[in-house]
Amino acid sequence: MQKATIQLEALVCPSCMQKIENAVKALDGVNKDSVKVLFNSSKVKLEFDAERLSIENIENAISSLGYVVKKSQVKS
Amino acid sequence: MQRFILSKKNQIALISSILIMTGFISKLIFKNEVIFSWAMIAASVIGIVPIAIQAYQALKVKVISIDLLVTIAVGGAFIIRNLEESAVVTFLFLFGAFLEQRTLNKTRSAIKELTEMAPESALKQMENGEFEEVDVDEVDVGDVLLVKTGSKVPVDGTVLTGEGYVNEATITGESVPVRKNVNSTVYAGTILENGTLKIIADKVGEDTTFGKIIELVEEAQDSKSETERFIDRFSRYYTPAVLLLSFIVWLFSRNIGLAITILVLGCPGALVIGVPVSSVAGIGNGARYGVLLKGSEVIQDFSKTDTIVFDKTGTLTIGNPKVADTKFYTDNTDEVLNCLASIESESGHPLAKAIVEYIGETTLYTVENTDVVKCGGIVATVNKLRVAVGNAALMEKENVHIGDTVRADIEHFEKKGNSLVLVSIDGDLKALIGIRDQIRPGVKEEISKLKRMGVRNLIVLSGDNQGTVDLVANELGLTEAHGNMLPEDKADYIKKLQKEGRVVAFVGDGVNDSPSLALANIGIAMGGGTDVAIETSDVVLMNSDFSRLSHALGLSKAIANNMLQNIIIAVGVVLILLASVFFSSWMNMSIAMLAHEASILAVILNGMRLLRYSVTG
Repeated sequence: MQKATIQLEALVCPSCMQKIENAVKALDGVNKDSVKVLFNSSKVKLEFDAERLSIENIENAISSLGYVVKKSQVKS
Repeated sequence: MQRFILSKKNQIALISSILIMTGFISKLIFKNEVIFSWAMIAASVIGIVPIAIQAYQALKVKVISIDLLVTIAVGGAFIIRNLEESAVVTFLFLFGAFLEQRTLNKTRSAIKELTEMAPESALKQMENGEFEEVDVDEVDVGDVLLVKTGSKVPVDGTVLTGEGYVNEATITGESVPVRKNVNSTVYAGTILENGTLKIIADKVGEDTTFGKIIELVEEAQDSKSETERFIDRFSRYYTPAVLLLSFIVWLFSRNIGLAITILVLGCPGALVIGVPVSSVAGIGNGARYGVLLKGSEVIQDFSKTDTIVFDKTGTLTIGNPKVADTKFYTDNTDEVLNCLASIESESGHPLAKAIVEYIGETTLYTVENTDVVKCGGIVATVNKLRVAVGNAALMEKENVHIGDTVRADIEHFEKKGNSLVLVSIDGDLKALIGIRDQIRPGVKEEISKLKRMGVRNLIVLSGDNQGTVDLVANELGLTEAHGNMLPEDKADYIKKLQKEGRVVAFVGDGVNDSPSLALANIGIAMGGGTDVAIETSDVVLMNSDFSRLSHALGLSKAIANNMLQNIIIAVGVVLILLASVFFSSWMNMSIAMLAHEASILAVILNGMRLLRYSVTG
């Protein structure tokens, strides 16, 4: 499992959180219990299995919802 | 394409407003219904596009969002040819989102200021010995870095060469420059005001003290209390429920107008956003004043605190004992002082240090045959004289005669809260020295502020003897004082208070009090930016500044209140709207949308007040 912190552009609408959370949880290889969308700091924190998907897959899932990914950090 | 439209939401709102104005002008002034209708249709169509896209994206990930409610409502209004309302509703929704964005950024500004203080680049020594500017992420532990005047220290490190003055306000909250030279520790995020330092990196990135503070504040602003988790769950089912309700209403009444009005007014925006804005603004305010509050759970508990337990040494007092009273029983004080300084300068005991500091520079004699008497003091031969330095028990052992005057002096010194050091030379008592820890300046005012804020029990627990502790308690106006307590006794005492149903906050220096800090409902560390203090406690007072305590408590109370107000605003608005849709005739979709957006702005503006909070009186 790897830990990722994804910094998004400032989140403003409350329903964004739920959308992003569902979109990320739906990905295969993401630890569902670890997904945390932080509204105020506009960050997504999660754990994922690097053998089953890459950080780019996760970034794409978020940006296809219309949210801009500023940068992401992966730690094992 | 979708992303392009979403990024142009603000411009769309602007065009929509122009169209709506054109429409109303042509209708009211020129009585032209055709232009009015077309303007409204155009405004509705361009306005609904971004909203519909968001609704669709949410549906794809199985979320029924507010956007969906609004899209259906606008569609319904179109069907019943209520063009005016569909245009106004889409405009208000977009314009509201714009305002929310602006105001939310404002509430988050305090924390953003903090994170922006993080260093970004460093001058790193490369293999060829030259210093090159690199991104701070590329610095590893052990790298040698150059810090120039006016720049930020990029990592936590140790000074190799050079000296200078560093402003450590980001870490300690104190903006007086601190002098640094070889082997001093420097912290990331602090600013070198003058001089040049070459440092070696000890900790980098998130491991630095500054990195930890930022991470902590970021986590704190998004941490959720029990109430918030409940609201989250509630709002998750709330939106679909509103959709269902309006469908049922339509099914029975066949009144599309009524059904779509319910859709719009049921939007839960203010409810979801109300509590997070309070916490981000409040925690941001704390960060500015050197108070770290670790999240909303902490805020809720702290605001209900009725009992504060203090550690004495280092918390209420400076933790640095000083010679306060002296009495000599000889005319040759210089000789006594010289002997005393000679012996004490060889000891590391806190009382010995205080004495050495008090005497200052003097002639030192050679000390021979030093004998450290456990729980007593020191006996040694100095300048061929037998000198004993220690407590009354040691004097007795040395057969030193203590007369009535001396006994009275001892009693007098003890009453003042002194620890006693007696000095005898060749069996005659020569001096009596009283040493005590000083109370921190401003503590007394702070204690009375806390009392005014409704803290009923202020208790000091200490390892010192009961007399000393009582004295401190009396001077400060504390309600209870208990001495002779070991760390585990303190923890037990806190447990006992909690059993009595009190909400207990413990204030300590975070080093030897960790059990109590962890056990209390709220652990407050007076940490000068130490790791242990930051990690084990719930509230950190940077720079060990006691005067931040009342700010921390007052702020917690203000945040807790603010959250409650926001919940009341949010729930109240929805209830009033729901009631009026059924029981009054003036309610329509536009008014519902206006009220909805206004309530969101109201909670954000209300939260923003916390940015300006400061303790009065």
